[in-house]
Amino acid sequence: MAADSITATPETSRVRGLPGLQALGFNRAQSIAFLLLLAFLAIGPFFLYPVFLMKLLCFALFACAFNLLIGYVGLLSFGHAMFFGMGGYLAAHSAKVWGFTPELAILTGGAMGALLGVISGWLAIRRQGIYFAMITLALAQMVYFLCLQMRFTGGEDGIQGVPRGRLFGVFDLSADLSMYWLVAAVFLIGFLLINRVIHSPFGQVLTAIRENEPRAISLGYRADDYKMLAFVLSATLAGVAGGTKALVFGIATLTDVYWAMSGEVVLMTLLGGLGTVFGPAVGAAVIVTMQNYLAEFGAWVTVIQGGIFVICVVAFRAGIVGEIARWLRVRL
Amino acid sequence: MPDTILDSGAILETAGLTKEFLGFVAVGDVSLKVRRGSIHGLIGPNGAGKTTCFNLLTKFLQPSRGTIHFDGRDITRLKPAEVARLGLVRSFQISAVFPHLSVLENVRVALQRQRGGSFDFWRSDSVLRRYDDRAMELLEDVGLIGFTHRPAGELPYGRKRALEIATTLALDPVMMLLDEPTAGMTAEDVDRVVSLIRRVAAGRTVLMVEHNLKVVEGLCDTITVLTRGRVLAEGDYATVSRNPEVVAAYLGTDPSIAGGTHHG
Ligand SMILES: Nc1ncnc2c1ncn2[C@@H]1O[C@H](COP(=O)(O)OP(=O)(O)OP(=O)(O)O)[C@@H](O)[C@H]1O
Ligand SMILES: [Mg+2]
Repeated sequence: MAADSITATPETSRVRGLPGLQALGFNRAQSIAFLLLLAFLAIGPFFLYPVFLMKLLCFALFACAFNLLIGYVGLLSFGHAMFFGMGGYLAAHSAKVWGFTPELAILTGGAMGALLGVISGWLAIRRQGIYFAMITLALAQMVYFLCLQMRFTGGEDGIQGVPRGRLFGVFDLSADLSMYWLVAAVFLIGFLLINRVIHSPFGQVLTAIRENEPRAISLGYRADDYKMLAFVLSATLAGVAGGTKALVFGIATLTDVYWAMSGEVVLMTLLGGLGTVFGPAVGAAVIVTMQNYLAEFGAWVTVIQGGIFVICVVAFRAGIVGEIARWLRVRL
Repeated sequence: MPDTILDSGAILETAGLTKEFLGFVAVGDVSLKVRRGSIHGLIGPNGAGKTTCFNLLTKFLQPSRGTIHFDGRDITRLKPAEVARLGLVRSFQISAVFPHLSVLENVRVALQRQRGGSFDFWRSDSVLRRYDDRAMELLEDVGLIGFTHRPAGELPYGRKRALEIATTLALDPVMMLLDEPTAGMTAEDVDRVVSLIRRVAAGRTVLMVEHNLKVVEGLCDTITVLTRGRVLAEGDYATVSRNPEVVAAYLGTDPSIAGGTHHG
């Protein structure tokens, strides 16, 4: 890449990372964290249940997509479940009814997220702060209601028995380990795409808008257009995450469009570290693991989860990764 | 009288410009003409409506009545980003930098406007390095070369104002609106900013709000005095400062400023 030939200019503005990874925009600490992540993805399925890992990665991607909006634009959406859940429905429907191959079904989920993102963003993006959160919540509730009523979603039953199918029409994904590699790839692509967005000319303007919106406008940037694109990107990736999850479990249900799911992704992101690159994935991992291992406590899971959340917010305000980064004096 | 009359026509002209907040007239029936190539001062006591005027001119506020023409175009209905794109660029009364971006990146974000929109989220931001040289030149111009990689939020106040000017200049604006560029600065910083404004005003038009009358006297070709949202007087410094109404308006609110009028 041409980028590498210019890196020799005296002191670039960011502390650059390991040679191969700097093109991705990672600093040194982030490069190391990323290598650890790759290692985890590669050996994880040989130590942990692939289905558990796949669930974790779907939520991790969902949280990363959400973080793009709150961490880098400063917009708190309280309706992200609509993108995640509807992405799931569309992926499930297209795989089961239209016979789409898994990669196309996942892309269909993403397209659904994008479409919903355009519609809801058009309605919400001009609002600030709590009004933005309220409008996105209201829209998500409408989507939930539609999902409850429409035929294609299967109402209370959801869409069940969704086949994983064959990747590109060739590779059978019915074995969990095969499916795992697809999910890991989807997560990795999504994760890297988000990172690229942050470190792109677009991301630079986005940062400027978050830092001082009137000033960015006074420089001639139409702030709403930039926020809108970020919103749609976030919604698209949330749709991809939801679609992938539907294929993993072979089912799409109301749970994923319910407002509690919007809350859960907020929780994951805050817990892991809002505005950090790795935080949302870590937050998602913690929550999913907790739900998994605390399942035997039944209804108490929510209470325990709430308690842990309160402790985290009080003890480490910047989130797990945020606090580690502060402690190590690096950006993660 | 100014010695550099590039074009005697007005570059910015308002007619009957009015802004009411719930019946309170913050700016009332202001008809302002700013000559192309001039440095025009907008002065007046606190709460006179100077910042509101700036907000109206740059469309951060929508006027209740009146029209604004810039460079031969009616900009009354435009959005603020559009006004900026026409080359009418403002600074803010409260220092406006991007605090967590480096000093260099602050200027570069403005230079980046040359690309048009920056919606290319798939491209690496290393393409922005082509603006580094120009950014360094601008930083050198305002004496910030030693601060390039510091987060802008860590700069001392006077340096932040200098950075703001560099950022505004990066857009190569036709006209700059500066809202109290020297407020809160040490005497040394004031001198630096004044000579900077004089230098960068060449080939542009500047409209500035300023409380420091010494600065106004030294820089401005024409001065408009605003009180309670209305134009009280207009003319060059000598004329305006002799106007008894102006002296009264200043004495009535802030004697310390009026004291400055008599500065030798
Ligand atoms: N958004 C607003 N809503 C209501 N009143 C406002 C608003 N903005 C300004 N005002 C009022 O309009 C008047 C003019 O304010 P403005 O900020 O323009 O004054 P100014 O001349 O810039 O004063 P200063 O020298 O203190 O900066 C003030 O009385 C202020 O309280
Ligand atoms: Mg003011």
